[in-house]
Amino acid sequence: MWLAKMAWKNIWRNRNRTAITMSAIFFAVILSILTSSLKDGVFNNLVKNVVGFYTGYVQIHKQGYWDEQVLDNCMEASPKSINQILGHSNVASIASRLESFGLISSGDLTKGVMVVGIEPEKENLITSLKNRLVSGGYLLNEDRSVLLAKGLADQLRLKVNDTIVLIGQGYHGSTAAGKYRVKGIVQFGSPDLNDKILYMPLTTAQDFFSAYNMITSYTILLHNINDLSSTASEIRASLGREYEVMTWADLLPNIKQHIASDSNSMKFIQGILYMLVCFGILSTLLMMMIERKYEMGMLVAIGMKKLQLIFLLVMESLLTVLAGCFLGIMASIPLVYYLNKNPLKMGGETARAYERFGFEAIFPASTDPGNFFNQGLIVIAFGLAMSLYPIYKVIRMNPLTAMKQ
Amino acid sequence: MDNTVIDAHNISKIYNQGTFPVYAVNNVHLHLERGEFTALVGPSGSGKTTLLNLIGGLDKPNQGSIIINGQDITKLSANELIDFRLHNIGFVFQSFNLVPVLTARENVEFIMQLQNKKKDEMQTRVMQLFKQIGLEDKMNNRPSQLSGGQQQRVAVARALASKPQFVLADEPTANLDSLSASNLLDIMAKLNAEENMTFIFSTHDQRVIERARRVITLVDGKITNDSAPTKTTMEIQSATLVK
Repeated sequence: MWLAKMAWKNIWRNRNRTAITMSAIFFAVILSILTSSLKDGVFNNLVKNVVGFYTGYVQIHKQGYWDEQVLDNCMEASPKSINQILGHSNVASIASRLESFGLISSGDLTKGVMVVGIEPEKENLITSLKNRLVSGGYLLNEDRSVLLAKGLADQLRLKVNDTIVLIGQGYHGSTAAGKYRVKGIVQFGSPDLNDKILYMPLTTAQDFFSAYNMITSYTILLHNINDLSSTASEIRASLGREYEVMTWADLLPNIKQHIASDSNSMKFIQGILYMLVCFGILSTLLMMMIERKYEMGMLVAIGMKKLQLIFLLVMESLLTVLAGCFLGIMASIPLVYYLNKNPLKMGGETARAYERFGFEAIFPASTDPGNFFNQGLIVIAFGLAMSLYPIYKVIRMNPLTAMKQ
Repeated sequence: MDNTVIDAHNISKIYNQGTFPVYAVNNVHLHLERGEFTALVGPSGSGKTTLLNLIGGLDKPNQGSIIINGQDITKLSANELIDFRLHNIGFVFQSFNLVPVLTARENVEFIMQLQNKKKDEMQTRVMQLFKQIGLEDKMNNRPSQLSGGQQQRVAVARALASKPQFVLADEPTANLDSLSASNLLDIMAKLNAEENMTFIFSTHDQRVIERARRVITLVDGKITNDSAPTKTTMEIQSATLVK
């Protein structure tokens, strides 16, 4: 205890130097937390946008469906499975889909189309499909009508209340054919979806494909996306090998790769920040060792064990780093929360490009407490690592040589 | 009862300057009894500080043995020596003796903290020592708030706080004015008398030599004279110092 007290007094023997070191740590912690929070915020927002378009955070299929996405690999919509999935505490909602391909025809125009049978209200909870309506109305469960993506409608010169003809291959090689009214037109930012998607109520799709009570996927909405992996694993374990449970990262590997590559760039920037902190701490320690060389020699000469001296010096470093970190974390909390509530907005062409794709053109900051905690811990670890220098010097110190000034 | 405090036999400290060996201390024999008040004198470079460092366990001789409290300290490891110094030797250096961030009282307590002494035992000892050095009213002052003489008095108190076998002082009055030097010597003499504490100090100061009860003269690392400071020996010391 008395050594800790002495360490605290030693920190303040050169107030300016300590203030400079603490400031370096303070600003590094703020920048590091901000970088980390913005990085997570931007990536979470990206995932939210992409996942919210179509895939959802978790999808469940019959085992093997994702590798061979054909109607014959569909599964029965089983209330037992649905109850099992809904039984998980992190599952907020579940929506069933039946997806396949067909040909859409209007007048003398025909195009390939992705037909998606949905449970309208449940689907809306996951993908906010209703918000994408640009004309007409939203689907009801019992409707025998469809929603068309705007790009597709434009190409086929279709409007609300026009009629389309759909043909395709149904379940087990049957022929699928039907005539449907266009109830609404939805617009997507992604040209890929905008040019090829058609929604109809699930029962209508099952009827069209002759796949009664069959679905191709369950799409799941989670309460807490931070527990994504563990939730997927637990659902996987409860459903057994008959099903494949995939997270958005499995479904969209290119997005995951993009995040990983951007994340590495961010780590590089954070690495530079950490290096600055290290140099700040090390230069202080160097000055301190030179300034107090005689005193340290004298302390060992009169009987202070080197271990006690090392403890004293490490304690001084630790207290300085802890104080800088604590102040940095305290200052960054309101800043991060402000940037979460009032995200930085992109401007110019980038913003327009984002908006065209239906993304929000913002940089929100993540308020995940892990960011504050982890960045603080990393800086403390670097601070302690820098203390190895005085430890090394003390171990090698000869009190007589140290006292020869 | 054996009153021997230091028994050094045949000790030499040799430094190599190029190909020539230089004897900082050359084949010295030294025997000190409890309660002695001894001055080590000699011109600069005569080996006074080296001899003090050797008997203080801060340096190791190239040959010879140094027995303190029945233990040959030349055989101890660096870590064992630290512990030995803590419990057996008090040090007063020429200057910068005190830890600047600690008060005078904390500086004296420091050595007892290292010895894991109990709080009440520390308090009693601290009060006694500050009374002896006459600085009860300055106990809570930082070293920067004390004069050079007062700082040296606190250093003497710290050296005695651990109840060592003897106190080594390397030119303790070198940076002090004559009044402060005289006060310091009074206190050292008083502690020598009251606590029967053995003091050995190196000095150039004639007034210090006059106060010593035994004066050892070193020239070129060898003891050339070892006696009480009679008028004749004082003349020898003066001549040696002038030379």
